[in-house]
Amino acid sequence: MTTGEATKTRSAALLDSVRASSWQSRLAVALVAVLLTLLAVEAVQAPGQFLSQLLIGLTNGAILALVALGYTLVYGIIELINFAHGDNFMIGSFVGLTVLSGTFAGLGLFGAITDDSGTLLKVAGVFIALFVAMAVCGLMNVGIERVAYKPLRNSPRLAVLITAIGMSFILQNVGLIWKGPAQIPFPQLISDNKVFGPGSILFRWNDLFVVGVTVPLLVALSYFIQRTRQGKAMRAVAQDKEAASMMGINVNRTISITFLLGGILAGASGVMYGLFNGITVFNVGFTQGLYAFTAAILGGIGNLTGAVVGGLLIGIIGAMADQCIGTRWTAIVIFAVLILVLVFRPRGLLGDRSAVQGGGE
Amino acid sequence: MSARLRRYGLPAVLIVVAFLFPLVEGFLETDLMYPLIIITIYVMLALGLNIVIGFAGLLDLGFVAFYALGAYVVGWFASSQFQQVTFSFGSTATSLSGGELPGIHISFWVLLVVAGAFTALCGVIIGAPTLRLRGDYLAIVTLGFGEIIPRFFQNGNNLAGFNLTNGTIGIKAIDAPGIQFLPDSLDAWQEFGTLDLNPWYYTILVLVLITIYVNVQLRDSRLGRAWISVREDETAAAAMGINPVTTKLWAYALGAVFGGLAGAFYGAFIANIFPEAFSFNISILILCMVILGGMGSIYGVILGAVLLQGLNFYLLPQMNEWVHSIGGALGNEALSSVDLPRYNFFIFGIILVAMMLLRPEGLIPNRQRAEEFHDQDPGTGDSMGDTARA
Repeated sequence: MTTGEATKTRSAALLDSVRASSWQSRLAVALVAVLLTLLAVEAVQAPGQFLSQLLIGLTNGAILALVALGYTLVYGIIELINFAHGDNFMIGSFVGLTVLSGTFAGLGLFGAITDDSGTLLKVAGVFIALFVAMAVCGLMNVGIERVAYKPLRNSPRLAVLITAIGMSFILQNVGLIWKGPAQIPFPQLISDNKVFGPGSILFRWNDLFVVGVTVPLLVALSYFIQRTRQGKAMRAVAQDKEAASMMGINVNRTISITFLLGGILAGASGVMYGLFNGITVFNVGFTQGLYAFTAAILGGIGNLTGAVVGGLLIGIIGAMADQCIGTRWTAIVIFAVLILVLVFRPRGLLGDRSAVQGGGE
Repeated sequence: MSARLRRYGLPAVLIVVAFLFPLVEGFLETDLMYPLIIITIYVMLALGLNIVIGFAGLLDLGFVAFYALGAYVVGWFASSQFQQVTFSFGSTATSLSGGELPGIHISFWVLLVVAGAFTALCGVIIGAPTLRLRGDYLAIVTLGFGEIIPRFFQNGNNLAGFNLTNGTIGIKAIDAPGIQFLPDSLDAWQEFGTLDLNPWYYTILVLVLITIYVNVQLRDSRLGRAWISVREDETAAAAMGINPVTTKLWAYALGAVFGGLAGAFYGAFIANIFPEAFSFNISILILCMVILGGMGSIYGVILGAVLLQGLNFYLLPQMNEWVHSIGGALGNEALSSVDLPRYNFFIFGIILVAMMLLRPEGLIPNRQRAEEFHDQDPGTGDSMGDTARA
């Protein structure tokens, strides 16, 4: 009997919350329900293809999540939408490509690593490319903060946003001068053969590669923020800059480290994007950056878990839009998600800044 | 300069110069009319954006959406895009065979009004749910709309089988405007042609003058003061009985009207419109003009538009030639084949960063905006949103 009562009160509470909800949220729930039903129909009709597409979405989502973390970290600490972050990601993929091609500034340091290189060389090349891109992007992000954002710390918020847009265009043109306007192919170093999976479901080596790089990075980031002294300082600065500086925390250094972390993640993400999708271009940072920003907003900006959840969701939404509506509508679908989330639930799914700022506004 | 001279004399001189310019140009035969018309279109766009950014303090990163909508209104209703229907109203377009022209052909002057009304409506529809958002979120939402609308035009060649926008190719052969009841001696004005650009120039000049007039009137109006109070401190303004959302909505819709009018003129002038011409870069170019010149300052915004388009049309191609000749003299392959105008947004990016760091109030500042930017205690007067981090 007790269980019956419990369910009754629970259902009554549910009913109450439905009654109390606004028409917007009811509409949103209905819309999401319709979409999920449509997807379920799709899944039943072609389960193999559906699951493969879901996996592609998850992998792309993992790449986006790393970029989204950069937006969310910076927003959590100085409330700036770092518009140049997407272009940082692009520079990351360019650096990775340059390392793999073995030439830098006209100097041939070693032979290009291509599809036919030995396995050991490929693995070494990919990891060197990842590390170099992470280092370059991390340092570049710190440099950008020092030059462009730090002098404006007491200026109106939109002034800093405009500076960030300017930086974004500068970086984009650096990419344009560096590699030209055309799409550049990445060497296919990681095979897209199936690792495992029954029937037509594909879990490929490059999916495994992305997961294998992303998960350790996320664990390391989480360890850094939750367990280390510097991470504690970051959380403190995010909560209250003034109080943190009174406690002897070096606020400027903490902000620099935040940008460093964001840049490192963007660099890794850029190289993985290139290797996974086989292509990069100077303006890839704009769309991918906006997708990642959408992910950060969807999860709740400032919230680290939210950024990862949002990244995976946006990856899946993108893959499903590719599959069901058509590739050319994907960008519109994701920007629509961005607008709808900002209008109807600006704090995102998991609430804003809870992870970095320890809850509360 | 006395106050009265500055208030009436300087604008009068500038207007006379602007009106007499084609005569001088025709005398010197310098081929300046085409770039001049494009520059004037951008002056109008920048003045429209100035209402949104300069007066109301809302950062709009998707202004190009209204420009595109205005252009497509003219494209839809003054071309043979919709072959299914045949409708003509006061249009200059005539078919060569003498039969009925397929498609909708409506007079440009009517469409100008329609485009303004349509973009205002779109501004209200986009703005009403979003203007409650804080400054930086609003910027991103406008950016989202600015991205969606050209992409929609790009994909709009097959909306459930209906060809609305003709996809990436866009709408071709848009009818020219014209004033048909004029005597035959003014045949350049009967149907605006590509040989004599003066009618185009005077039309856009009149449109710009209307824009400037509205800008001035708005700035000194009750609504203008409401914008100032909302951008400086929204909470205080709301406490004084100003409805912030309505006030912002007015700014957004009025800005949209001028964006739409400029787009309509551009569509008729260029005669071929396609979605690529309405990219995010255009939004940033217009933003850059407003910021370089000075937010909220009408002289400043006009100067910003002229300078940046001048850079696009003259300085960069000129510098390109110099660099090529230097490269040719040195025998340097990279220098002699570089394409400098392609990197114009590099310069615009630097301008945005440099202006914000060194002179956020712009070249010809609006006094009030300048003080807001240099407020030592930004917590009290928060132009363009509160400080980055209080």
